[in-house]
Amino acid sequence: MPTISVDKADLFELLGQTYTSEEFDELCFEFGIELDEDTTDSVQPGERPQLKIEIPANRYDMLCIEGIAQSLNEFLSRKSKPLYKLSSSTISLTIDESTSPLRPYAAAAVLRNVKFTERSYQSFISLQDKLHTNLCRNRTLVAMGTHDLDALTPPFTYKFLPKNEIEFIPLNQTQPVTGENFLEFYSKDKNLGKYLHIIEDFEKFPVILDSTNKIASLPPIINSERSKISVDTKNVFIEVTATDRTKAEIVINQLVAMFSHYTEEIFTIEPVEIISKHNQESRIVPNVQTRVMTAEIDYINSCLGLKLKAQDIIALLLKMSLIATEHETDSNLLNVQIPITRPDILHQADIMEDAAIAYGYNNLPKTKIASNNSQGASPLPINKISDILRIASAQSGWLEVMPLTLCSHDENFKFLNQLDDSKAVKLANPKTTEYQVVRTSLIPGILKTIRENRKHSLPIKVFEAGDVVFKDETLERRAFNQRNWAAIYAGKTSGFEYAQGLLGKIMQTLRTPWLENPSGSTDKGYWIEEDPENKTFFPGRGAKIFYRHRNGQDAKVVGSIGVLHPKVLNNFEIPYAASAVEINAEIFL
Amino acid sequence: MSELQLNILQALDKKGTIENSQNEFPEYDSQQVQAALNSLLARSKITYKTIEKDQFNLTEEAQDIVKNGSHEFRLLETISKLQQLKISEVSNVLGPAGKTGQARAFKNGWISKNGDELVLNAKIDNTNLPVDETALELKQLQEGSVLDAKKITELKKRKLVTVSKAFTFKVEKGVEFSLQIEKFDTDITSDMVITGAWEKANFKPYNFNSEGVLPESGALHPLNKVREEFRQIFFSLGFSEMPSNQYVDTGFWNFDTLFVPQQHPARDLQDTFYLKDPLVAGRPEDLKYFNDVKRVHEEGDFGSIGYRYPWREEETLKLVLRTHTTAISAHILKQLAQDPKPARLFSIDRVFRNEAVDATHLAEFHQVEGVIADYDLTLGDLIGFMEDFFAKMGVHDLRFKPTYNPYTEPSLEIYSWHNGLGKWVEIGNSGMFRPEMLESMGLPKNLRVLGWGLSLERPTMIKYAVSNIRELLGHKVSLDFIETNPAARLDEDLHN
Repeated sequence: MPTISVDKADLFELLGQTYTSEEFDELCFEFGIELDEDTTDSVQPGERPQLKIEIPANRYDMLCIEGIAQSLNEFLSRKSKPLYKLSSSTISLTIDESTSPLRPYAAAAVLRNVKFTERSYQSFISLQDKLHTNLCRNRTLVAMGTHDLDALTPPFTYKFLPKNEIEFIPLNQTQPVTGENFLEFYSKDKNLGKYLHIIEDFEKFPVILDSTNKIASLPPIINSERSKISVDTKNVFIEVTATDRTKAEIVINQLVAMFSHYTEEIFTIEPVEIISKHNQESRIVPNVQTRVMTAEIDYINSCLGLKLKAQDIIALLLKMSLIATEHETDSNLLNVQIPITRPDILHQADIMEDAAIAYGYNNLPKTKIASNNSQGASPLPINKISDILRIASAQSGWLEVMPLTLCSHDENFKFLNQLDDSKAVKLANPKTTEYQVVRTSLIPGILKTIRENRKHSLPIKVFEAGDVVFKDETLERRAFNQRNWAAIYAGKTSGFEYAQGLLGKIMQTLRTPWLENPSGSTDKGYWIEEDPENKTFFPGRGAKIFYRHRNGQDAKVVGSIGVLHPKVLNNFEIPYAASAVEINAEIFL
Repeated sequence: MSELQLNILQALDKKGTIENSQNEFPEYDSQQVQAALNSLLARSKITYKTIEKDQFNLTEEAQDIVKNGSHEFRLLETISKLQQLKISEVSNVLGPAGKTGQARAFKNGWISKNGDELVLNAKIDNTNLPVDETALELKQLQEGSVLDAKKITELKKRKLVTVSKAFTFKVEKGVEFSLQIEKFDTDITSDMVITGAWEKANFKPYNFNSEGVLPESGALHPLNKVREEFRQIFFSLGFSEMPSNQYVDTGFWNFDTLFVPQQHPARDLQDTFYLKDPLVAGRPEDLKYFNDVKRVHEEGDFGSIGYRYPWREEETLKLVLRTHTTAISAHILKQLAQDPKPARLFSIDRVFRNEAVDATHLAEFHQVEGVIADYDLTLGDLIGFMEDFFAKMGVHDLRFKPTYNPYTEPSLEIYSWHNGLGKWVEIGNSGMFRPEMLESMGLPKNLRVLGWGLSLERPTMIKYAVSNIRELLGHKVSLDFIETNPAARLDEDLHN
């Protein structure tokens, strides 16, 4: 969620009253924004107190003080929604076919006779930043440039130019930069360097040219110094380039909606004719017409548990910038005009939510769900098994631990003296080497827990029942969880017999007898057999655990038990001898 | 009874009070005396008070001075005898201490220098030498006399005297005073029970002011204990547990089915763990559903205008570690669409976020999630149910704040008043799942689904006053903490 810092005094002036922090916090709470901080008490001499307000991620119209004030004023029924008007178009922007397919969309608008103040100018710049980071996904989807129109000569063209045809003085520079050294020039730039990846593989670069064929901007990176905008700029030219047409419209709409506050003829925007014949995208932008949706009165009432009349809902929606009227023929319908500032309204569910916010979530009648619960409540079977194992282990005097399921590749394999068996799921983008794979065994996590508790009195007896994950290419999700149970004894001696004893207790708890003479029996039960292959254990001290679920069935290897190899203990920096046991808990299902 | 104990009792019997144990029993040191006294005290035979006193001990050098005179006096005697003494001869005549003696003899004004010879000071009467005060003071100390503090300090400085504490005891008769000590038994034994010896035995009084021997025991992890509390709350409200044991999921189920657009920041590499092995997921079995999801994103449907962006199949087939258990809820709701009917479902399981780790954030944690599907559910139902659910945890006074989630509309953050912090704190998130999500699955329009979630770690951290999540989940947890933490009772009020 973006956090917007607004001038406190300016906001309260726009709202027509001052609020205490508590009162303003309350207003934010009801509307669904959040007062993060009021800097009044920490403000430095010469600074103005700010309110830091968290805005929901879908309210692009509230990323600046103008929008916050407008929305709250409407919510408080102090103001009505502005009606945005278009003057006649005088300028065109031609989109050249060379922009397809890399960055094919563009939009533009002009704000005439703007009067900025220092603070409203800063707000205009800051709104562009907020939009760039949020909706525009760091300029990948959409990038905007704002210019002093009087320094440029319309009409404009948007095209991709070969690098050797590009030369201009970028914003805040004194020397020209060419297309060929552009990437290198900005690679060290702290602010702009992070956007270069968007165009670094392009053979040609996107540019906005004016009619003198001079570059106004090289989107999505930088404007020209020539058309630099300032607090004194009178006529503002806004251009937007995009890979996403919908978001380009949203962005240009927000900019003109917010800053047509400052045009001489308030809320009036001069549209630009977009000429884009090759892809049938020619049109006049922006389109400031409200969008009309219908909403069902009985749907809204049913969702809210209310019995509101059409007029009640209309009054509620008005507080949320939505102008609704009764449908011409269908008394169950409302026609709802969605202004350009509310692109978040996609469905009548969104209109229903706005009615609920205007009504007040905390004023809604609280109701009980008429219980329809014929199926009853039941635990997940594997969780029930897992709980039986956990309780039996704790009752036997062992401590339950809960290490993470993510671990390093070494911890899962090399530290256990194992080779990568290619069964583990591997992560593509971990921030640290601690999280490279999803564990395929509980042993590394338990050993790490023992390492961190070396100072605990000996012996250390710990267990875990948790999930490990294995790859399986036949599944849609290509991997599955398996519930394992494992325990480790660490102390002055290896304590193999204690690990074995706990295994016996677990088996007994789940009605699985020990088979003393397995070769002569086909009964349900378990036994262990030496396993010379398992390098995690000391030679001659490791074994496989065999399990037969029902009389007469084939026995399966379901786990392992043994004295941990001293190398393994060294790898995990454990200065004790230790024994480990691990089984697949799903066998008991 | 030891001989000393008997002697103490006899002395008390005779005198009534022993004023100073050191004088009475000089052959025992104070520790031996105190041990005997404590043993008698435990039987209420006596009472005693400890008297603390400074004790002055003469060093070896000081003992020599008491015997042979101080270094300065011996030098004085020598010069007096020989009339004069070469300075270079001082050490030969008086040994290594001669120099010290020389310095003090000068200081005392006893001797003076005549060239390289030491001679008696003119004031000194050869026949009536001054008193050797150092030797005298040391002798007095040795005999137990009291010296003034200045002199003691001086002697201490000269390393002739050390000071230690001495303890003596003033002893009086106790309430159970007698000359005999009965034999006490400490415990009832099985033999006594069988032979009846307990009837004649005298038992030592019990010390009840003690903690006893703690049992050797295992323990469950506190986080799992809180998880169990939540499970019991869900079961008591008729919820069944969802099969949440699936950490790896697809972009499709984790995001697309929930109407999270493909450019949503939650899908960034910064926030979500993607897999490199395996790399690409399979398509979902239900291809109609797959296409319906695509359409509702790209063009809109079911009354929605959609997000209107090019929806890419590659994004849906990316494999992720699920970022929320809602991915599981999506699977189950899709299954519910086969036979739509009311349902109450929950899960408590791990979720993964590619976040920087700090005191309140880990790359994995547990999400508690509840889902109620029923016909014509209302927002009032959700709010009313949240009050019932949280009341089971002892949390009352809820407030609801509008918020935004891509897959719920309306969305409500749940706040409760926290007595300890004295403010409203967010305790969970809730909402009605969006029609775009449910109707794509094939659920009927009026079968509405309420969902809510919270983390398991946060209420646990509050319950057990854990400030760093790494000390709760993961290998850095302390085993002592696991061994000693109390039962998790979510309804236990720790603030009143």
